[in-house]
Amino acid sequence: MLSITTFVIVTVIKIVIALVVLLTAVAYSTWLERKVVGHIQNRWGPQRVGPFGLLQPLADGAKFIFKEDLTPPYVYKPLYLAAPILSLVLALTSISLVPIGNWVTVGGVHTPLEITDVNIGLLIILGITSLSVYGVALAGWSSNSKYSLLGSLRASAQMVSYEIALGLSLVGVLIMSGSLNLREIVDAQGGHMAFWIPRWNIFRWPTQIVAFFVYLTAAFAETNRVPFDLPEAETELVAGYHTEYSSMKFAMFFMAEYANMITVASIATLLFLGGWHGPVFGPGWLQAILPVFWFVLKVFCFIFLYIWIRGTLPRFRYDQLMGFGWKVLFPIAVANVLATSLIVALQK
Amino acid sequence: MVPISYYLVLSAILFALGVVGFLIKRNLITLFMSIELMLNAVNLAFVAFAWQWKSLNGQVFVFFVMVVAAAEAAVGLAIIIAVFRTRETLNIDRVNLLKL
Amino acid sequence: MLELVLFFVFGTIAVGAAINLLAQRHPINSALSLIVVMASLAALFLLMGAEFLAAIQVIVYAGAIMVLFVFVIMLLNAGEEERTPGSRVAMLLGFPAVVLLAGLVAWTLFARNPHPVPVDLAGRFLGSPAAIAQLLFRDFLLPFEITSILILIAIMGAVVLASPVGTTTGSGSPEQAPARREE
Repeated sequence: MLSITTFVIVTVIKIVIALVVLLTAVAYSTWLERKVVGHIQNRWGPQRVGPFGLLQPLADGAKFIFKEDLTPPYVYKPLYLAAPILSLVLALTSISLVPIGNWVTVGGVHTPLEITDVNIGLLIILGITSLSVYGVALAGWSSNSKYSLLGSLRASAQMVSYEIALGLSLVGVLIMSGSLNLREIVDAQGGHMAFWIPRWNIFRWPTQIVAFFVYLTAAFAETNRVPFDLPEAETELVAGYHTEYSSMKFAMFFMAEYANMITVASIATLLFLGGWHGPVFGPGWLQAILPVFWFVLKVFCFIFLYIWIRGTLPRFRYDQLMGFGWKVLFPIAVANVLATSLIVALQK
Repeated sequence: MVPISYYLVLSAILFALGVVGFLIKRNLITLFMSIELMLNAVNLAFVAFAWQWKSLNGQVFVFFVMVVAAAEAAVGLAIIIAVFRTRETLNIDRVNLLKL
Repeated sequence: MLELVLFFVFGTIAVGAAINLLAQRHPINSALSLIVVMASLAALFLLMGAEFLAAIQVIVYAGAIMVLFVFVIMLLNAGEEERTPGSRVAMLLGFPAVVLLAGLVAWTLFARNPHPVPVDLAGRFLGSPAAIAQLLFRDFLLPFEITSILILIAIMGAVVLASPVGTTTGSGSPEQAPARREE
């Protein structure tokens, strides 16, 4: 094992790299969203700032910094300032549990490609998802305005309702893998089944496809994205819970939303699409990089799916949204748990 | 090495603070939160004893305590909402008549 | 050594947040202090090796029950506390009584346990989910099923009690609602 100082140095380096990569990914997923939604709507999207508009996120960042940062006089200041920080911190914390590749040996140090390797990694990520309701609820209440309060109540109720379907849809995968450790769940998906079909969890028995779609729908609702973005749509409630926020605090909510999207996409690839498994060939250094490349490719496909759906589907009305979560998704998730456990028990 | 009694004393302090809160606070919701604080202190004591006797029964009991606390919180908050709706106050000194 | 430091850090945070819960006048601050208490208790559970319970504490207690509390505080718009004569008497008598209670419990624990067993994680005694599941679904299956019925009853009770007048059999009646203020 590593000595204490080596361990600390390696961990700090991993934290810095993960944060930088995540924040860059967040910035460029905003660019990707504007381009893709633009092309879906038959227009170009940003194309002036740099080639293909690639420097647009930098311009947006500069705009956010230079905007006037006003604090309305009637807000409850401690919570008003703390809510966006809480949202962003929670969104960035869950990336520390996501493994992106195999164990690598860099300069004589043998280390896994994640910041921490916890036995209950999946439960902790679900816990962080539960805590992120607070950022929304406190933001809306502390703003002391009726649009904010209504938007935040709707958003919190939506997030709490869809958390249940989210958790239950993952139970099928857990029953088949037998562990809550994210690395072990991915390792159980290596190799191939009949013919050339890889042993990803999404291909195992019809139940896991259903679980995958339940997870995807619940994830859309958790991150407040179309078609479930009623709480923050401009045409509905001004801007919902972040109505009274400006410049950097609003940018923090924005970044937290995209970071949540990336986290949810990472969990979907780890649990359903086999994580970093893919064709691996070539010399030693290529064999270390290729799993990371496959992982990033799968996450990118998910983000693209998010954006594609945003450009295509209309949004749910609030009572339709809540009815869908409780009356459709929750029974399907429970049925999936029953079916999967029945199949696993019959195979023993 | 942390002796078990440190955890138990911490649990006793938290429990005592919960009792203080229950006695001196006048807002119904804060009273409820003191009850939750007491339940949490008891959970800590259970886990400490589960460690001392190397038996996981203590941890399973904490699980049940959490479930019961969740059920009690839901029903209790519904009662608080009902009280607020009829008496328009959350001050426990004013909720002192059986019939309005 | 590190465990001692971590214990004192999280223990101090827990006690500080609990005192803050009592000292604050607005219930939303008390609710947030209670969330801090629960989070530090989750860290203490981890120090004792109960990893499943730590995660469940965060998910259920801090992430669901306290959300319920925060919702109710937001919806009822509960204002700040007032100081009535009753609360002053309670403070006068309550503080010494509770100090006495805590002192008695702590003294009993120390007197009855002269050789305390130190918490040492090197023995790899962990409350892993697999181990707890073995107990929960075999030895404690009946209480487990009964608690699920309990939760169902609680859901039904909460829905009935909190629903507005006129929908289900809600609580309170319209003719009493033009409320009498304090008597």
